Amino acid sequence: MSKDIIEMIVDNVLQGRRNKDDEGIEEGTVGQPGVAELVGDALEKGIEPDKILLEGLSRGMEMVGEKYESGEYFIPDMLTAAEAVEAGMEVMEPHLVGKGESGGKGKIVLATVEKDLHDIGKNLVAIMLKGAGFSVTDLGIDVPAARIVEVAEEEGADIIGLSALLNTTMINMEDVVKELEQKGLRQKVKVMIGGAPTSDDFAREIGADTYGKDAFAAIREADKLLKAGGDN
Amino acid sequence: MSERGVIISNPYDRLSKEQVELIDKTSLELLQHPGILCYHEESVALLEKTGAIIKKTKEGEHDAWWVSIPPGAVKEALETAPSKVTLGARVPENRVVLDAEKTRVHFGSGSETNYWLEVEPETYISKDNKGERVFPIMKKKRGNLELLCRSAHLADQFENLDFFIRNVNVQDADITTDNKDVNVFFAALNNLTKPVISGVADLEQLEKVVKMAEIIAGGSDELRKNPLVAFITSVIKSPLQVVDETAEKLIAIARLGLPVVISTSPQGGSTAPIDDVGMVAQVNAEALAGITINQLANPGAPVIYGAVPVRARMDDLHDMYGVPEFCHYTMACAQMARYYKVPCYSTAGVGDAKVPGIQATMEKMLTHTMVPLAAPGLVHYAFGLLDKTQTFCPEQALLDNHQIGMIKFLQRESGVSSDTVEKTKKVVEEVMHSPYRMYARYARGMLRRGEIFSGFPFEGELEDQDQTLLLAHEKIKEMEQTEVKHLSEEICNRIFDKIPGLLPRLNPYREVK
Ligand code: B12
Repeated sequence: MSKDIIEMIVDNVLQGRRNKDDEGIEEGTVGQPGVAELVGDALEKGIEPDKILLEGLSRGMEMVGEKYESGEYFIPDMLTAAEAVEAGMEVMEPHLVGKGESGGKGKIVLATVEKDLHDIGKNLVAIMLKGAGFSVTDLGIDVPAARIVEVAEEEGADIIGLSALLNTTMINMEDVVKELEQKGLRQKVKVMIGGAPTSDDFAREIGADTYGKDAFAAIREADKLLKAGGDN
Repeated sequence: MSERGVIISNPYDRLSKEQVELIDKTSLELLQHPGILCYHEESVALLEKTGAIIKKTKEGEHDAWWVSIPPGAVKEALETAPSKVTLGARVPENRVVLDAEKTRVHFGSGSETNYWLEVEPETYISKDNKGERVFPIMKKKRGNLELLCRSAHLADQFENLDFFIRNVNVQDADITTDNKDVNVFFAALNNLTKPVISGVADLEQLEKVVKMAEIIAGGSDELRKNPLVAFITSVIKSPLQVVDETAEKLIAIARLGLPVVISTSPQGGSTAPIDDVGMVAQVNAEALAGITINQLANPGAPVIYGAVPVRARMDDLHDMYGVPEFCHYTMACAQMARYYKVPCYSTAGVGDAKVPGIQATMEKMLTHTMVPLAAPGLVHYAFGLLDKTQTFCPEQALLDNHQIGMIKFLQRESGVSSDTVEKTKKVVEEVMHSPYRMYARYARGMLRRGEIFSGFPFEGELEDQDQTLLLAHEKIKEMEQTEVKHLSEEICNRIFDKIPGLLPRLNPYREVK
């Protein structure tokens, strides 16, 4: 029985159905429980949150990743699946916090830097990171360095993710690194940057920890940073 | 009903209704004065019965007749010519039904090219940094039967190719006028399941070709219902001359009750006026003269209005296909054929360029986009032709197949309706109140239903080199490995038994010693 509901969660992640009102890839699913309802049911039945997370939500998202790699799924499928995972995570959150877990893998504060309004790529990164099990606080666009660091400190973030699409705004990423140093937080918080004009070299230049070329790289790099960070 | 091809929902009319009528009137007048110069005695006799005024003359060594065709004779032929013509195929789903009163467009190959141009990847070492690079080098071969079979097999797999016109001229040592037709028709029919249209080199062999098709179709009546073969006759030598030998073939085919394309291909600037008005009036008159002779020979016989007007290149008088004037001429002709309610055979996609590349792509895209908008029933020359129809390149044909896919997709309806706008309002509302305000979720349905165009399939990964041809070459190699849909062993054996002149190496079931 409990196996069934976990399988149904996986299925609905694959279908990208947040809740009962969503259409899936296959037709005729509207009205049937989606990820949010199924996660609620599973918790009620006393299934361990860990199991729901690992064997349901994360497993589903991994399968979505495999389907993307093999060319069966496209970006809209990935995004939709990630949204479904997010809907499940929202239902899980009180239970995870209660158990002393901070929402999966680690905490990321994400923002588009000051004076920059581009957010399509950053949103993609946010949704995918959430789908991969990170807890993401998205501060939106045009966010001053001080504000980013303030929130990171408040929330005890492991990583700050920064996005910039303009030559003229990418330099604002450096302000975030400096602000962290000034506040004595640089050792605690890793900095990951991205956006078309940025690069590995640029990340080194401004003293950031890593650069991600796309949303998949964002997940890979975040995983690496957390592993490395764990040793401190 | 034919499901192949694409429906043009709003055909583009280059000519106004008044202009169409004016061209019609002018063409009919040209057929009276100066009239046609006919070299074929039987055609003259047929025309004479309609009241045509005949004046015998001599052109060099040859007998010829000036024939002034009365407009009534042409109008009567247009009355008896059917507006629907079926092109048969070995499998029913590949049949093409041409209906001059509808706007469904089909794409096909064509032109017997002398050369087969194929990609051979070669590795080079850079002088500057000693790095290795692979480039597509073009290798040119003379056409032969084996290449013809290969191209028919590929044509069967191009999803946007609806009919096959032989695209390789066979130059094997053992091919002669006496055995060419049977062998090339067999090569096509035995390697693909789509309609085959072709010229005949030798009238003597027409009967054998038809016999072969009857064996495949399952009898004489069956072949008339499902004409696996249709013919092309270039009965006109522009300007306004009817060729003796071809007229003979045209009449023979008409009497067999099989579909025939009247094809006339004047060159604007040499054998026809270069301006629109002059070109269209003349080429239209020529097509009408052919249709009239065909209908006089056998009223009601399936006939197709074929106009392939090209423009002369000003520095060497070669044909030019990839120029705006070509679209002007061709689109006006398609409109004339629709006015007459006779199915139209038209042309697009020929590259004047000698090799695949930027020039070829620009030329092909121009005519592939424009000509179908005029909604001719058949668009030939659309696959792989380069060097103004002298060369066929399989990799180019694959790229053309994709280009035609784009052109077909362009014809998709907008879908605007009271229902769909309601849905749109709902989606916008939902997205505006969602965290990231993204429509990705709503793209999935269309993606799954195949309603989103797939993009360019031969996009390379290098940042400093175009890899399209190399990737197309890989795909062609893959396609050549697929199984050929040959005729059954029983039918092949029957054909080899009954039809003299076939080369044993074409029989896939032959015992190899
Ligand atoms: C869409 C767009 C806009 C939209 C933005 C809408 C929105 N909601 O974001 C609008 C119209 C508002 C806009 C405005 C402007 N734009 Co603009 N815009 C673009 C455009 C066309 C696409 C960007 C995009 O969304 N790409 C798609 C996403 C999926 O890719 P991405 O952003 O690169 O993100 C991926 C990766 O980079 C990475 N990534 C991104 N962020 C992060 C973060 C982390 C942590 C990680 C690990 C990875 C990562 O992962 C993402 C997913 O794969 C680009 C051109 C281009 N090709 O990039 C120009 C472009 C960025 N814009 C440009 C300009 C000049 C402007 C304007 C100044 C124009 C003007 N004169 O007003 C304004 C500036 C406004 C401002 N102050 O920011 C220039 C920038 C030139 C430069 N290098 O400085 C570009 C390159 C266009 C150009 N060629 O001229 N723009």
